Amino acid sequence: MSNETSRKMRVGLIVNPVAGIGGRVGLKGSDGAEIQKKALELGARPEAPDRAAAALRKLGAAAGRISVITCQGGMGEDECRAAGLSPEQVLPGRGAGATSPEDTVQAARAMSRAGVDLLLFAGGDGTARNIYEGAGDRVTVLGIPAGVKIHSGVFALNPASAGSAALRHLEQGAENSREAEVMDLDEDAYRRGEVRPRLYGFLRVPCDETRIQHVKARSVPEEGELTSIAAQLIDGMEPGVYYAVGAGTTTRRVMECLDLPNTLIGVDVIRDKKLVASDVTERQLWEIAQEPGSDLRVILTVIGGQGHVFGRGNQQISPRIIRRLGMERILLAATKRKLLSLPGHRLISDTGDPELDRELAGYYRVAVGAREQMICRLTAGDE
Amino acid sequence: MAKEIEIREFHQARWNEPIVLELTVPGERGILVAKAEQEVAEAAGDVLGEIAGVRRKKRPALPQVSQPRLVRHYSRVTQEMMGSDNTLGISQGTCTLKYNPKVQEHMMRHPGLMDVHPLQDTDTMQGILEIYYKTEQIMKELAGMERFSFLPVAGGHAIYTNAQLVRKYHESKGNTHKTEIVTTLHSHPVDAAASSTLGYKIITLMPDEKTGLPNFEEYKAALSEKTAAIFITNPEDTGIFNDRIHEFTEAAHQVDAVCVYDQANANALLGVARAGEAGFDLMHFNLHKTFSSPHGSDGPGCGAIGCTGAFEAFLPKPTVEFDGSKYYLDYDRKDSIGYVKLFLGNATAVTRAYMWCMSLGWEGMRQAAVISVLNNQYMTKKILEKVPGVSLHYGKGERRMEQTRLSFDKLFEETGLGIVDVNHRLVDYGISELWMSHHPFTVPEPFTPEPCESYNKDDIDYYVEVLRRIAVECREDPETIRTAPHKCARHRPIDIPADSTEESFGKLATTWRAYVKRFGKS
Repeated sequence: MSNETSRKMRVGLIVNPVAGIGGRVGLKGSDGAEIQKKALELGARPEAPDRAAAALRKLGAAAGRISVITCQGGMGEDECRAAGLSPEQVLPGRGAGATSPEDTVQAARAMSRAGVDLLLFAGGDGTARNIYEGAGDRVTVLGIPAGVKIHSGVFALNPASAGSAALRHLEQGAENSREAEVMDLDEDAYRRGEVRPRLYGFLRVPCDETRIQHVKARSVPEEGELTSIAAQLIDGMEPGVYYAVGAGTTTRRVMECLDLPNTLIGVDVIRDKKLVASDVTERQLWEIAQEPGSDLRVILTVIGGQGHVFGRGNQQISPRIIRRLGMERILLAATKRKLLSLPGHRLISDTGDPELDRELAGYYRVAVGAREQMICRLTAGDE
Repeated sequence: MAKEIEIREFHQARWNEPIVLELTVPGERGILVAKAEQEVAEAAGDVLGEIAGVRRKKRPALPQVSQPRLVRHYSRVTQEMMGSDNTLGISQGTCTLKYNPKVQEHMMRHPGLMDVHPLQDTDTMQGILEIYYKTEQIMKELAGMERFSFLPVAGGHAIYTNAQLVRKYHESKGNTHKTEIVTTLHSHPVDAAASSTLGYKIITLMPDEKTGLPNFEEYKAALSEKTAAIFITNPEDTGIFNDRIHEFTEAAHQVDAVCVYDQANANALLGVARAGEAGFDLMHFNLHKTFSSPHGSDGPGCGAIGCTGAFEAFLPKPTVEFDGSKYYLDYDRKDSIGYVKLFLGNATAVTRAYMWCMSLGWEGMRQAAVISVLNNQYMTKKILEKVPGVSLHYGKGERRMEQTRLSFDKLFEETGLGIVDVNHRLVDYGISELWMSHHPFTVPEPFTPEPCESYNKDDIDYYVEVLRRIAVECREDPETIRTAPHKCARHRPIDIPADSTEESFGKLATTWRAYVKRFGKS
């Protein structure tokens, strides 16, 4: 009684064999050949292969209905075989110790051109960046967490859930996806003790909502939610006031609704629903804030899965600007799904000025829909 | 030693039955209406000529079907249904699908009820007015409220009407600054939706990650001079009771906000605790849940609203009054919010509720509440013990009230099959699919059963055993689950993405007219 007449679903698999190699030996990351060499010398063992195989074993249930395209050797082929899957197509690849980020970029590009239904990759934030560089938002991807740094929202909770979610996506909802943040730390700064990931872009990941099809009350689609959030913000805009629209897909909808060009990972300034400046620097914003008689408000969203309002992707909104404006001029917006997915349901402020972070702590309202807001607690990141 | 539970053989009828409009054979009729006798025709005159101005130009597209064909049609459709008369209605948590006593249905067909016309003189409808009046006295006692109105015909309608009362109340006090309503994420979403429709701005409190309840500090941060009202469900959707509720109402009153209690499902608290004592000013009961009037597919329901004395003057018109010798309708209410429904609303729902209350009495209603909570606590414990892959989020040590929000998260992690798949299979056992959760989901793979007082221990054990078998099938025979249902009338619905893009919309037709237009069929 099954309706398996449709074509086989195609899964791409890229494993970064050295992802996570620096973690256990305290190297805080695995970027760069030097570090990888040092890690191997310190006795590190690649973890990505086992983690990738654990996820792939979940796909075994659908082995006859999917076809896998992957890269040679340790970049996917070995992991497929370890999980009992035989790939239908194998792209060139290199083994652990010999790969470079460019290999991941190339493979991701090739797979997006091949038109896979889902691109699974095992790695960390660095790998996610490479996937983003190679595939952009042309293909739906899902990360098997295997790296030292996992700040991006494109990863499943663990390898097993990556496998389950991939299976579900392929079998039931291949057309449903949403955008999630690609974040990465500057590893050199990280080694100096500074945790300040940057927002690099957005990848398409399977939509959680695919799990809840056919139900009495379908989940409100996120598309509609974004538009009602934008409508609420636009309705509230006052004449003559500058609005700085921060990074992210939630805030992007404000620009789209106004039919204005948007900088996805930057800050744009508008006034009277017209563009004043695109992708401004902190200095430009500071000047606007200081214009005699000017009134500047900032529209920001929250980094999914983490909760950062300040300090990730919105570095232009600096401590001096926040102090000058005060929180009453900073408008927050996010979907309910995003807020509910935050650890402790709380927002985080990591402005780079710990004193300010502590001052800002408190309860704030976040626009979540038309005439609808939620109350969220904002705390300093180190709390 | 627990006895082995034998699962009944089940196979439902599956008719490839067209919709009634597709059965049309032009000219076919169910009933041939006799021509009027000459005497009658003469007395009536040229009726059609008199209404020529409003007469349709084209005949309406009514089905043209003979009587036997029509009877077969509806009998078949009925065979493809599941309801509380042929299956366990435990799956539909938050809806309270209890057994509706047949004697009530028998009484409802009494000509004294069936033949009442709303435009009759009230002197000739004293009986139905007496039922309204006496039901109001019962509800007042149960809720600790001073007046009731049975005019709203659904829970959402009751919430909207209560929001209108809030607005009228603040208008009467000159409170123009009251623009916001505070609710919780685990309250019914209509609390937010209906009041937002009236123009209020909604502030929703997220559940605390550990307790599932609203955080009191966060709640206080949400309240302000602008707060017009709080709209809250308790126990919340999760089945967890907020026992600090009086502090919530107190804090709201301190900022002059109205406290509105959504008691659509009051099955846990009937005769146990009252809205009035918890500090609420307004509330509503769904008579088609707690008070045993059937859920008739959006059919004749009643969202009975109760209020304290301060709101009485604003109640919708008419109210039913008694002057010591006879009952009458009071339309002369200058401060009323006006009409919310024609005539008396759904008299059938009120009458059934009256019968239910009178047959049980106070002790019986309290017992119904106690048993529904006991049943649920027993069922929750059994599910967590026996059904693999289920977990309980929020308030881990807390007992639930009349329903429990559970999660098939572990089953999903392990097998890739979750609540949607379980539901596809559940119907193969002759049990209606599980209600999952309101939007947005706060636990993964959610489900919310509610075994109200109508079910006994055997029913609950049977229900849990079916869930256990399905969870085992998910592990051992996933293909059967993936291709389910196999023995039920219900097929897999077409996958329609839950968005309103043109593509998904293209697969849908919400009315016959839209269907004909879109797909060119007739």
